[in-house]
Amino acid sequence: MNFSQEAAAWSCASCGGNLELTKVFFSYMKRNFEVDLPACAACGVVLVPESLALGRMAEVERILEDK
Amino acid sequence: MEKNELIAWESRCIQEESPECNSACPLHVDARLFLKEIQKGEWDAAYKVLNKTMPFPGILGRICDHPCEDKCKRGEVGGPIAIGALEKICVERYSGKKRVQPLPRKSQRIAVIGAGLAGVTAALDLLKKGFTISVFVSEDRLGGSLWDLPEELLPREVITEELSVFETLKADIHFGTRLDKALFEQVREEFDAVILDRDALKGIELPLTLDDDGLIAIDPATGATDREGIFAGGGTRFRGAFSPVMETLEGRKPALSVERLMQKVGLGFGRENEGAYPSRLFTSLEGIDPLPRIVPSDSGKGYTEEEALREAQRCIQCECMECVKKCLFMERYKAYPKKYAREIFNNERILLGAAHQYNVFTNSCSACGLCETICPNDFNMAEMCLEARRTMLKQNFMPPSFHEFALDDMAFSNGEPFSLCRHEAGTTESAWLYFPSCQLSGSAPGEVTASYNYLRDKLSGGVGIMLHCCGAPAFWAGRDDLFKEALAEIRASWEKMGKPRVITACPTCQNIFQEHLPEVEPVSLWNVMLESGIPASVCSRGTTGGTVSIVDPCVTRHDQVGQKNIRRILKSLGMEVEELPLSGETPECCGYGGLMYNADPTLARDVVERRTTASDNDYLAYCAMCRDNFAFAGKRVSHLIEHVFPAVEDGDPASRGWISWSERRANRVRVKEMILRALGEKTEGHTEEYEKLKLTMSPDVRKRIDSRRILEEDIRKVIFQAESTGKRMRSRESGAYLAYLQPENVTFWVEYSPDGDGFSVLNAYCHRMKIVGIQQ
Repeated sequence: MNFSQEAAAWSCASCGGNLELTKVFFSYMKRNFEVDLPACAACGVVLVPESLALGRMAEVERILEDK
Repeated sequence: MEKNELIAWESRCIQEESPECNSACPLHVDARLFLKEIQKGEWDAAYKVLNKTMPFPGILGRICDHPCEDKCKRGEVGGPIAIGALEKICVERYSGKKRVQPLPRKSQRIAVIGAGLAGVTAALDLLKKGFTISVFVSEDRLGGSLWDLPEELLPREVITEELSVFETLKADIHFGTRLDKALFEQVREEFDAVILDRDALKGIELPLTLDDDGLIAIDPATGATDREGIFAGGGTRFRGAFSPVMETLEGRKPALSVERLMQKVGLGFGRENEGAYPSRLFTSLEGIDPLPRIVPSDSGKGYTEEEALREAQRCIQCECMECVKKCLFMERYKAYPKKYAREIFNNERILLGAAHQYNVFTNSCSACGLCETICPNDFNMAEMCLEARRTMLKQNFMPPSFHEFALDDMAFSNGEPFSLCRHEAGTTESAWLYFPSCQLSGSAPGEVTASYNYLRDKLSGGVGIMLHCCGAPAFWAGRDDLFKEALAEIRASWEKMGKPRVITACPTCQNIFQEHLPEVEPVSLWNVMLESGIPASVCSRGTTGGTVSIVDPCVTRHDQVGQKNIRRILKSLGMEVEELPLSGETPECCGYGGLMYNADPTLARDVVERRTTASDNDYLAYCAMCRDNFAFAGKRVSHLIEHVFPAVEDGDPASRGWISWSERRANRVRVKEMILRALGEKTEGHTEEYEKLKLTMSPDVRKRIDSRRILEEDIRKVIFQAESTGKRMRSRESGAYLAYLQPENVTFWVEYSPDGDGFSVLNAYCHRMKIVGIQQ
C-alpha cells in the first residue's frame, strides 16, 4: 500500500508543511505494527486514510480479536 | 466448560444421532448414506457403504429382510423407501471381486463350529481382525442353510463367490467333520475360544445348557454360553421366520465378545446400541410432499437403474437441524449445537481464545432462546454462549471491541445524564415505580413522559419514576460485576422509595427483573393499562387503522398472557393483527439481544433484514430496540407506545424511520429534563465546552457514522481538540480539515469544515489500532 497520493492531498494545518511518508507505529491486542503513512514529523500529526482504517486495519483488528 | 459439561451439552444435541433406518438395522448399515450416494449416481460408492458394514454384501444385499423399511420416516409421507430392493440392484450390478487385506496374524486361535450365516459371519469378522481361524463344518461347503434359498433369490454362484473370501484369507476349513460332543471337547482344549453356530448345530447334544426353544442358552447381549470361552449365536426365529440380518448379527455378537475376551476387556461394556435400538433423531416432515414408492415396471426383475434413482431420490436424508433452520447465527457457522459445544470447549480449554472465528461466534448469539423452544431436547445456545463469555473474561481473552460500545451506552444511562429516581411531584411516598427503560426513553421520549402522566393519573398511592438501565447489556456481555452493580443500584433506590411495585415499559427490563430482582414484583405498563383502562383520548380518536404484524420481542416468548394482552390492546385501538410465522413462543431476536450487533454487526443487520421480508404489513413492536432495528433496515414499523401516547397528533408512527445512537442519548437526557422540570427541579450537572459546538451533517453522513458507532459526542471532542490545539490536516483541494483523537480504545477521525458559527461534518471513521508514535 502506498499512500503518497494521500500525502500529497493534505498538508499539516498546524505548520503548513507537507506530509511525508514516515514510519508510524501501532499497537493492538498486545501486538505491534508499523506502516509507512503520511505524517508531519515536526508536529507529530499522522494521517490514517479512511481506506486503510476501514480496510486492512479493520481486517487485522478482526483477525487479532479472533485469531 | 469442563469436560463433563461438554459431554452433557453434546448429548443434548441429536443432530449426529443415527437416522431411523440405521438404528433399526441390527447391523447399522448406513442406509441414509447409501441412498445419498445413489441419489448422486455414485453406485460404486453406494456399494462401498454396504460393504463397510455387511459381511457378505452380495448375499445379504439380496436376501435381507430389511427391518429398516418399517422405521423409514418416508413411510409417513408416501411410503418407506424400498431400501431392500435398492440394495439388491446395487449388489447385483456393482459387487465385484473384493480386495480383502488380512491383518497381521494374531497368535490366538479361534474355532468356529458350524458355518451357517451366523458361523461364517463370526469367522469372517475375526479373520479380518487378524485371528487365526479354524472352521469345522459337516458339509463339503460353507453357508449352511443359505444353499436352501431359491436360486432366483440367491444364485449359487453368488454364494460361492462371496464365501471365497475364506480362501483368500487362508482360513483353516475342516469340511465333512462330524459335529459332536467329542469334537466340541477337543476344540475346547486346543483353541483359545470357540463360537458355535446354533443353526448348524440343531439337534446335536453338547454339554451346554439349553434354552426354552432347545437352542444353546446364551447371554443375549454377548452370546456367551454358561461355559467360559464358549460363545454361540444363530438359529433364532424372528416373528416365526429365518431373519438373515438377525442371523448375521447373531454371528457378529459372539465374534466381538471373543475379540474382547482375547484383549481382556469387559465383554458387556458399551454394547447397549448393538442391534436395533430406538433412534433419538428428530426429523421434521413439515413441507415434505407425500411421494409414493416407485414400482418397478417389471416386478420380476426389480428396479431398473433409472427407477432405482427415482426411488432413492424420495429419501429425505433424515436430520434434525431444526434450530439451525430458524437461526441465521447458527446457520452462518455451518454446523449445529453439538459441534458448537465442541468448538467452544476447544477454544476455552485448548486453544485459549485462538480457535479461529470462535471468539466472535461465542459473542454473536443473540441469547433469544428460540433454539431452546424448538429443540426436542431444549438445547439452549444462549446459556452455553453466555457462560463461555464469562470464561473468556476470566481467562482474559475477551476483545474489548465486542462489548465496549454497549457497555459505554449502559454507563451513560446509569450516570448523571439519565439516571434519576423520584417520588411523584408533591408526594413523599410511592406505591408504584415507573421504570420506562433506557432504550425506550432513547427512542420515544415524548411517549415515555406521556405514559408516566397516564400512570400518575390512573394509579393511586403515588407513582415514582426511576430512570436507569436494567443491566441487560452487562448480563449479555458476561460482565457479572457490572450487572450486579446495576441491579444493586436499582435495588437500593427501590428500597429507598419504600419498595413500591415496579412498572416496566421494556420487555427486557421486565425479564431481567423477573429473573434477577423478583422482589420488585415487576408488572408491564401494558398489563397495568388493561386493568386501568386505555386512555380515553386514544379510544375517542377511533381506529389508528390498518393491519399490522406484531413482532413479539424474543424475551416475551414465555409470557403468553402478556403477548395476548398486547393483542387485546391493539384490538381496542381498532387494529387488525396478522400473525407472523415466527411469533408467540417462537419469535427471533432483532439483533440487539445478546449484544449480537456489537460482536457481529453484519450478522445482526442480516437477521433484521431477513425478518423484514416475513410480511408486507407494517410491523408493530413493543420493544424499543425491535422498533429501532426494523426502522434502520427500512421497514415500516411503530412501537405500541406511539399509538397509545402519540407525541405527534394524527401522525404516522410507522414512517418515523431510524434513529441514531447519538439521538438515543440526547433523548434520554430530554426525558430526564422533562421529568425534572415537571418536578420543579433544575437539571444537575454542567455542559462541557465541546458540547456547545454546533454541528451540521447530511442524513447520509449521519447514517454512515452511526453505523460505524461514532457518536456526535466523539465528533465534538475531535473537532474541539483540533480547533483548540491547531493539530489538524488541511485538504489542498477543498480546504476541509481532518483531525483525530484517541480518547481511550478507539481512534476517531473527523473530516469537517467551518460552517458559520459551527462546523459541517463531512465524514468520520474510526479504528481500534492505537497510534503509538512516529519514527523521528
